[in-house]
Amino acid sequence: MSSLILRAGTRLLAPMMLLFSVFLLWRGHNLPGGGFIGGLVATSAIALQGIAFGPASMRRTLVFAPATIAGAGVLIATFAALPAALAGLPFFTGLWLKLDLGDGAVLPLSTPLLFDIGVYFTVIGGVCALIAALEEEPALEDQDMGG
Amino acid sequence: MLTVVLAPFVSALVAPWLVRRLGRWASYSLALVPGAIFVWAVLRLDSFAAGASQVIPWVPGLDVALAFRLDGLSGLFVLLISGIGTLVVLYAGGYLAGHAMLGRFFVFLMLFMGAMLGLVLADDVIALFVFWELTSLASYLLVGFQSEKPEARRAALQALLITGTGGLALLAGLILAALAGGSWRLSDLIVAGEAIRGHGLYLPAMVLIMLGSFTKSAQWPFHSWLPGAMQAPTPVSAYLHSATMVKAGVYLLARLDPAFGGTAAWTTTLLVIGGITMLAGLMLALLETDLKLILAWTTVSALGALVFLIGPATEEGARAAVAFLLTHALYKGALFMAAGNVDHEAGTRDLRNLSGLIRAMPITFAATAVSSASMAGIPLSLGWVSKAITKAAAIEAGGFLPLSVITFATLLLVAIAGMVAIEPFLGQKSEAAHEAHEAPPSMLTGPVALASLSLLFGLFPDLVSDAVLAPAASAVAGSPLAVEAKVIKPFDWTLGLTFVAFAAGAALYVLWQRRAERWRDRLDPVLSRGPDAGYDRALAGLARLASWQTRLWQPGLLHRYTAATFSVIVLVTAAALFRGDLRLAFPVDRVRLIEVVVLALTGAAAIVAALATTRLLAVTALGMVGIGVALIFMLFGAPDLAITQFMVETLVVVLLALVLVRLPGFRLSAAADRPRALHAAIAGATGLLVIVLLLGVLAEPFDPRLSEWFARASVPEAFGHNIVNVILVDFRAIDTLGEIIVVFAAALAGLAAIAARAARKDAR
Repeated sequence: MSSLILRAGTRLLAPMMLLFSVFLLWRGHNLPGGGFIGGLVATSAIALQGIAFGPASMRRTLVFAPATIAGAGVLIATFAALPAALAGLPFFTGLWLKLDLGDGAVLPLSTPLLFDIGVYFTVIGGVCALIAALEEEPALEDQDMGG
Repeated sequence: MLTVVLAPFVSALVAPWLVRRLGRWASYSLALVPGAIFVWAVLRLDSFAAGASQVIPWVPGLDVALAFRLDGLSGLFVLLISGIGTLVVLYAGGYLAGHAMLGRFFVFLMLFMGAMLGLVLADDVIALFVFWELTSLASYLLVGFQSEKPEARRAALQALLITGTGGLALLAGLILAALAGGSWRLSDLIVAGEAIRGHGLYLPAMVLIMLGSFTKSAQWPFHSWLPGAMQAPTPVSAYLHSATMVKAGVYLLARLDPAFGGTAAWTTTLLVIGGITMLAGLMLALLETDLKLILAWTTVSALGALVFLIGPATEEGARAAVAFLLTHALYKGALFMAAGNVDHEAGTRDLRNLSGLIRAMPITFAATAVSSASMAGIPLSLGWVSKAITKAAAIEAGGFLPLSVITFATLLLVAIAGMVAIEPFLGQKSEAAHEAHEAPPSMLTGPVALASLSLLFGLFPDLVSDAVLAPAASAVAGSPLAVEAKVIKPFDWTLGLTFVAFAAGAALYVLWQRRAERWRDRLDPVLSRGPDAGYDRALAGLARLASWQTRLWQPGLLHRYTAATFSVIVLVTAAALFRGDLRLAFPVDRVRLIEVVVLALTGAAAIVAALATTRLLAVTALGMVGIGVALIFMLFGAPDLAITQFMVETLVVVLLALVLVRLPGFRLSAAADRPRALHAAIAGATGLLVIVLLLGVLAEPFDPRLSEWFARASVPEAFGHNIVNVILVDFRAIDTLGEIIVVFAAALAGLAAIAARAARKDAR
C-alpha cells in the first residue's frame, strides 16, 4: 500500500494540512472554517500519515492515545462554559479577552475559541481512534463476514 | 444538624487514610464520630418533645430543601444509629483486625451511617428519598463486601434490586403524598393528615409508600433479601439489623402514621402483613441451624411486629412500637455481636457443632443470655417492660386475635432464645469448643454494653420512658403522649397468659431439640419454593425477556438497522404529511443550468451505487454522490457545510478503504442481492419523501425572523462574522457540546466493537 511517491508526498503535505487546519480553526469565527472543519482537515493529514507510514507512525504523531485526545477535547469544550458559570452568567455565555499587543494589533481570545479548540480535538481524537484501530486490526478470515 | 449528617460522610473519605496511618487504632478514632453524635443527641434530649428544625436551600426553584428536623422519633433513631454505630465501629476494628480491605470497609460503614442519619433527620421528602437510596447503595456495598464469594454478590444484588425497586415506588408515593398534602415537608404532611386521607391520591400514595417500606423492612413477601444479607461481615449484620437499614421502612411508616393512619386500608394492610411476617419469621428461625440465620429470621419477625404495632395507629400502639423498637435494637445488636464472637473464636456458627462454650467464653455467654432474655421478654429485662406495653396495645386493638398472635410469638421467641443462648454454651464441650477462647476486649465492649443496657432499662425503665420513649411515641401518634413503663404490674389474666407462653416455649425448646432435624428435612422442599426462589425465577424471566427483545431489535446487521430506521422515518413522516392538506410549489423557473448538471451527475452516481456489483464501485459511486451534495452546498452559498462535506467524504473513503481490504470476496455476493430490491425501494421512497417535503416547504411563506436575527446579532453579541460558526460555538454551544460528546461516545463504541472482534478472533 505504501509507495515512495506517497511517502515523499505525505512528508510535504501532512504538515501543511495540519497548519492549514489550525488556520481554519483560528479564522472560523469570521470566515468559513471552525473547529469541526479544522479537526476534519487535521484528521485527514494524520490519516494520510497513517496510510503512508503505518499506524505506529500515526500514533507517534498524535503523541497521546486518540481516545484520550477526544476525551480531552470534550473536557476543554466543557471548561469553556466554566468562566461564565463562575461569573454568575448563564451557562456558555461567551466571554472575550482582547489582548492589546501594541501597535494597534489586538489579539482577541474568547471562550467560544476555547470551545472550538475542544471541538477540534474531539474530532481529531474520535476519528483517528477508529482509523488507527482499523489499520492495526489483522485481516479477517474469509468465513468471518460471508456476503 | 447538617454537620451531624455530614460528619460520617467526611469521615468515610478519610477512613482509608486513617487505617493506613493508625492501623488498629483507626477504629478508635473513627468511633469518635458516632460517639460525638451520640453525645450531641443526648445533650438535646430536652428538646426532642418540642422538635428542632434546620432548613438549607437546595433546589429553591422546586421548593426542595435540605430540611432537617429533630423530634422524638428521629431523636430515638439518632441515638440508636450513633450509639450502636459507635459500638459497631469498635467491634469491627476487632472483628476485621488485619483485614486487607479494612479501610474500604470503614468507608462503606461510615457512608451507611451518614445516609441513615440523613434519612431519619430529613424533613423534606426528596431529601428523605435521596438518603433512603443512599442506604440501599451503602448496604449493597456492605453486604457484598466479601465480593470474592458468589453468595455474597448474589445477596448484595438481591438486596439492592428489592430495596431499589421499593425505592422507586417510594419516590412516586412520596410525590403523590406531597401533592395530596400540599407540601414537601414531612412536618407539614403530618399535620395535614385529614386533607391527605380525604384526597383522591391517598390510596395510590399509601400503596406505593407501603411498597417502599415493606421492601426496605423485609416484610413478607419481600423478606427474602434479609437472611441473604447475612453474607455481610457480622459487624454489618449487627448494625443493619439493630439500628439501621431494615428499620428505615418501619421509621417511615411510624413517621407517616399521623398522616396516613386511621383508615381501614392502612390498619388492615399493616396488621395482616406485619402479622404474617412476625409469625412466619419466627417459625423459619426455628428451622435454621446457623446462629446468624436464626437471628436474621427473628429480625424479620421483629420488623413484622413493629409494622403490626404501627398498624392500628392508636396511642397504645405508638407506645408499644417505640418501646419494642428500643428493646429490639439493644438485644439484637448484642446478639449479633455475640454470635460473631462465637463464629470468630470457635470457627463455626452452626448449632449442630456448638455446645459447651460457656467455659471458654463466659462474657459472651453472659451478654447472650441477658439479650436472649430480653428477646423472650423474661422479667427484669427491657423485653419484659416492652411486652407489657405491647399487650396493653393488643388489648386496646381489639382483644382476642392480636393478643393470641402476640402470645404465640412469645412462645416461639422463648424457644428461639433457648436455641441461641443455651444450645451453643451449655452442655458437653463440642470439638469446636475445645479450641475456642474468649474474644478480645474490642469485641466484648459492644455486646456487653448493649446487654447491660437491656438489663439496666429493664430494671429502671424510668431512665428512658420519659426522656426518650414518650417524645418518640408522641411523634408516632401525632399528639403528646406519656409513656408509663413499670417493672412490676399487678397480676391479671394476661400475666398468667404470658407465663403459660413461657412454659410452653420452654417445652417446645426441649421437644424441638429432638425433633428439629426431622422437620428441617421434611420442610426443606416446601421452603425452597418460597419467595427466595420466586426472586430467582423473576430475575431469570427478566433476563430471558431482555435477551429475547435484544435478539428482536438488535440482530447485529447494519443493513437491517438502516432499513428499519429509514422505513420508520418514511412511514411516519408520510403519514403526517398526507394527513394535513399538502400544497406543493414547483419553482422550475429559478433553476440554473449548473444545478441541473450537478444534479444529473449526482443522480447518475446514486444509480450506479445501487446497481454496483463490486464493493469498490459502490464506494466510489457513493463518494461521488457525497461530492455532488457538497457542490450543491457550494452553489447555495454554504461554504462551511461544503468543506465539511468534502472532508467527511474524504475520511469516509479512508475508513472504507481500511474496511474493504479486510472484507472477503471483492464482489458483492448473490446473498446480498435479495434484499437489494427492498433496499432500493426504501431508498427511493426516502428520496421521494424528502423531495415532497422540500416542495411543500417552498409552498409556505418563508419566515425570515430567525435567520435575520442571527445575521443581526452575530457581530454585536458574539463578535463573529461567520454566522454558522457563531451559532455552533456561541448561540447553540450546548447543542454542539452534546454533539461532540456523541462523537466521543461513538468513537469509544467503535473502538470497543473492534476490540471485541479481535478478542473473539483470539479466542478462536
